[in-house]
Parts: sequence; C-alpha cells; structure tokens
Amino acid sequence: MNARNDRSAIVDQLRDRARFVRTETVRLSRIAGAGHYASSFSAAELFAALYYAELRVRPDEPTWPDRDRFVLSKGHAAIGLYPILADLGFFDAAELDDYTRMGSKFGDHPDMKTIPGVDFSSGSLGHGLSVAVGMALAGRVRNSDHRTWCMLGDGELAEGQIWEAAMAAGHFQLGNLVVIVDRNQMCIDGFTDDVMAVEPLADRFADFGWRAQRIDGHDLDAIVSTFSDLPRASRGQPQAIVADTIKGRGVARMELSLDWHVGNLAGDDYDDVIAELERGLGPRADVGARP
Amino acid sequence: MSAGNEERAGSDVQDTSEVFRGTATGSTSLRDDRSSDGSEQQRAIPAFVLGEELADLADHDDRIAVLTADLAKANRTSDFEARHPERFFNMGIAEKNMITVAAGMAASGFVTYAATFASFSALLGCEQIRTDCAYPHLPVRVIGHHGGMSMGFYGTSHHALEDLGIMRTIADLTVVCATDANHLRGVLRASVDHPGAMYIRLGRGRDPEVYADVPDVRFGEAIRVRDGGDAAIVTTGSEVHPSLTAADRLAEETGAQVAVYDMHTLKPFDVGAIAAAAGTGRILVAEEHNHTNGLGTATAEALFEGGFGDVALRRLDVPDEHVPVAPPAALYAHYRLGADGIGAALRDLLDA
Repeated sequence: MNARNDRSAIVDQLRDRARFVRTETVRLSRIAGAGHYASSFSAAELFAALYYAELRVRPDEPTWPDRDRFVLSKGHAAIGLYPILADLGFFDAAELDDYTRMGSKFGDHPDMKTIPGVDFSSGSLGHGLSVAVGMALAGRVRNSDHRTWCMLGDGELAEGQIWEAAMAAGHFQLGNLVVIVDRNQMCIDGFTDDVMAVEPLADRFADFGWRAQRIDGHDLDAIVSTFSDLPRASRGQPQAIVADTIKGRGVARMELSLDWHVGNLAGDDYDDVIAELERGLGPRADVGARP
Repeated sequence: MSAGNEERAGSDVQDTSEVFRGTATGSTSLRDDRSSDGSEQQRAIPAFVLGEELADLADHDDRIAVLTADLAKANRTSDFEARHPERFFNMGIAEKNMITVAAGMAASGFVTYAATFASFSALLGCEQIRTDCAYPHLPVRVIGHHGGMSMGFYGTSHHALEDLGIMRTIADLTVVCATDANHLRGVLRASVDHPGAMYIRLGRGRDPEVYADVPDVRFGEAIRVRDGGDAAIVTTGSEVHPSLTAADRLAEETGAQVAVYDMHTLKPFDVGAIAAAAGTGRILVAEEHNHTNGLGTATAEALFEGGFGDVALRRLDVPDEHVPVAPPAALYAHYRLGADGIGAALRDLLDA
C-alpha cells in the first residue's frame, strides 16, 4: 500500500464514522425527545477525524496525564461526541441507551465528572477556549508534549471571553494549542452574518497572534492532512483552523435551516432521515449561497 | 444620610488611615502611615502575606500555581512571582478568562489561586466560578481581595458588598473570609488539599491583628475568639477585630461578657456555633456586606431552622443601597461597623 492508498482507506473509515455520528445523534435525540441535530451534523467529519485519526488518547486510561485534551466549547454538540467515546471504549455503549433520562451520565451538555473521556464540562458558550489555554499552560509547565484542542462554534465567537482567551494564547505563545472553529454559518436566530457578524475569522485570529488557515470542514481529505501537518511545539503560534461547514449537514431539510437548531424527528421522518444518512453526503449546496 | 452629613460637618481632616494605596512598585517594601519608620511592616500590612504564604507553600508543592489580572502589586502575588515565576501567570485585565484558565489548569492537576479585587472576581466572574470551578469540582481558589467597601472612595464599581451572598448560593463552593494575616496563612494552608472549589474573601490587605499565631483553620468550624455569656457577636472577616475591641471595652466599662465568634466559613456554615451563640440569648451579627443574604441572613436561617427563634437578634451591615463617597474609615463609622458602632449596638441589645 502506498501513502495515497493509506490515506484513501483512512478517509473511507472516517466517512463511515462521521455517518455513525449522525445516525447516533438521530437515535439519541429520539430517546431524549429533542436534540441538537444540526450542530452535531456540522461537526461530524471533524469529530471523526479528531478521534479516529489524530488525538493521542487512551480509552482504558482516560485521565492519562500526557493525553491530548479536547475541549468541546460548543457543548451542545456533545450528542455527536458521546457515540465516538463509546465506540472507542471509554465507556459501555449501552450506557447511552439512557441518554438524558433521570440519573444518566449523559445530558445535552457534557459533564467531565461522570463521563470518561470528557476533558471538561461545557455548555455555557464562550468558556472553552479559556479552559484550553489553562490546559495548554499546564502542559507547558509540566513539560508534557500533549496538545490541547478546542472546538468553537461560530455563534459563540460573539462572546467576549473567547477573545480574552485568544489574546492570552497569542501572548503566551501557546504552540501546543489548536482551535477548530465549526463555521457552520448559523446561530439560533439565523445566519451569524445577520445576527452578529464574525468574519473575517482567519484575519481576526491572525491579528491575535495565531496562525490561521481555512478548510472545507466536510472534506475529510483536507481535514486529515491539515491536522497531520500541524507542528507539535510547546511554544510558538497557536493554531486556528476555520472549518467551513454547513449547519445540519447530511439531512436536506436541516441544512442551513432556522427550524432545526433543536428539534425532534417524529414518526416516518425518523426512518426517512436514517435512510438519507445511510446514503451518505451529497455535494455541498451552500457554496456561494451566502457571502 | 444624617450620620454622613454629621461626619462631614464635624471633621476638617478626613481619616485616611484605611485608604487603598496598594499598587506602589516594589515587592515587599510598601509602607503606610502606620509603619513609616519601617519597624512594623509585617504588622502594618499583614494580609499582603498572600503571595508570600503561597510561595512558601509552593516551595514544597509543585501543584500550586497563581494567577492575577493586572493586580500583582495590589494583592502581593508579585511575591509569588518573584519566587516561582514559572507558575505565575498575569492574565491582564481579563478576569473571566483568568478564572476559567485557572479551572483549565486545575483540570490538569494544578491547585490554582486566581486573585483580583472581590468586585471583579466574585461579581464579574460569578458564572465562571459556578460553571467552570464549582460544577466540575475543581481545586480553584478564587481570591477576592479588598472585599466589602474597603476600597472606600474608589466607589461602587470597586466594592463587593454582595459577594458572600452570591457565592454562598453556588452549590459545592466553599466560601471563606480571611480575618487577618495569620488567619489568611491558616486559610491558605488548609486550602491546598481541600476538595472542590473555594471563594476566599480578603479584607483591606492590612487588617489589624486578631490572631497572634497562625490558627489551625478547619473550614466549616467557627473559631470562638472571645468567651462570654451575656451575649454573642457573630462576625466574619474585617468585622472580627472591631467586634473584639467593642466586647473588650464593654467588659471594662460594664463587666458584661460578650462572646465573639469568627464565622470565617460562610459555607459550609457552622450551625453548631450559632446554636452555642444562641445559648446567650442575644446575638449581634456584624458584617461588611449588604443586608441581604450574607452572614446575617445565614445566621437567621440557622437560628430559626435550629429552633432558636426566640433569640434576640440584631444585625449591623450595609443597608440595601450603594454607599456614598468616603474614605473607608468614614464608611465604617457611617454604617456603625467600627468598634464604637458595634459597642452601641451591644448596649442596645443587652438593654433589650
């Protein structure tokens, strides 16, 4: 097998796992009676690439001090993360069958105290990058070569604390910190361009001392190669990856829809959506649709 | 406002003894009027032991890290920075980020102390304390120094008369007030291995001495600093010293013996100490806090829930208002939170 075939096989596997993220999101939402479908779907390829191709973690030793950290600042997408953690063996997948029920470890937002593999509790938007800065500083003081990854939503970039943390990361030259912005174009009330404009994102991170690049967040080839090309350095420019994605990606009725930030699929819709997801992603329809 | 007007009319020179001057350069050599000959520095500015004590602890514990938000000189964490620069982080004027960064470090094995004015730590950073420190049960110690109205004429933006009420409402957060320098040392020593997050309120940074030695601080256990059976003062932090002074004077003048309880831990609250104080039949609460939801409220809750509803209760605190412009000493007099005011309230209570 040459390198190209290796990459192709990996991408095929990741595509399957991204599909798994989406179908599990649909299944778990049915258990709860509601779910953040669209915010999980936009991050499905990013989650899959992180956990199956990039992050240095030990499912049998979730608190391994030298593990790579992952802070899901957009905590409402945890419904897409739980199935991966179960699949990797951080906990028994059957535990997810009680998702959100009384006494479950698994709520809409992740709890680090109860869920092995969750590095920090999240849910209140705007906090995650500060957490990641703390973890990156801790890693440097401890002389650990672990990296800290943080996934931000684009809507939460309106939170001032994000930019306090971005400033600190640049100031402290946290070369061991990587941010992925799930730039799925929408917050709850509409397109970020209409509600609170966040662009130009790459320039903004660059202005805070980061190295920023922009990729198609549903293109697994691009994601994997971008991740693997990142330098592993304790000191240097922090890395920002602006991943252009589609909120609700994978289910036509949910893509860039105002109606599916939180929703519930009922009756035949459930089976229709599962069938649609099993067919895989079609071509992106959003390119050029919005500035 | 009549008391304030009288104060203004009756005094040509205002009492500036407690005025905040805490950002001078130099790490440990700051002097104030009470130590102008240099001989009483330790006594005169005692709570500035914050950075020194943490540095001492960090000498033997590599988990300890300290953060501040552009106030390293005011809170003397500069003393920590001088000795452990690799574990000191000045986060600039970004308090919310500082508290959450401290939580991120705590999630990676550190015991973090994040210090800024109480108005900015407890009020501005409230949600970060709840969501990022208390809820994940992390060993973050948020230090709110210059609590209450100790910033005087710097004004309401720099006061924290709400912090204890806000903080004690947060689940799984230990809430403590330091009384003086020795007590602060005891609090810090006990905090290192204390489970979960803490909010620690400091006073003016040069609170007069109550404890001659470093006390063995146990969170949730009040310290009875004066015995007495005629009444009890339940107090905390900056009000312990004037309460003791008032009780001592009263004993000299009338022979009445008043117990004084240092309720250094607001949460978990020592209801046993309140029950003991209730045995005197008369309780005076003195606190540098808004009337709502501070020590007085906690005491009233403990009394009624403990079946001591017949105890005579008086409360000295700050009414539900934003305080006027004045130096700290004038504000304490205005709200009867100095030894004179506490003494007068004690006499009223004993006569009741």
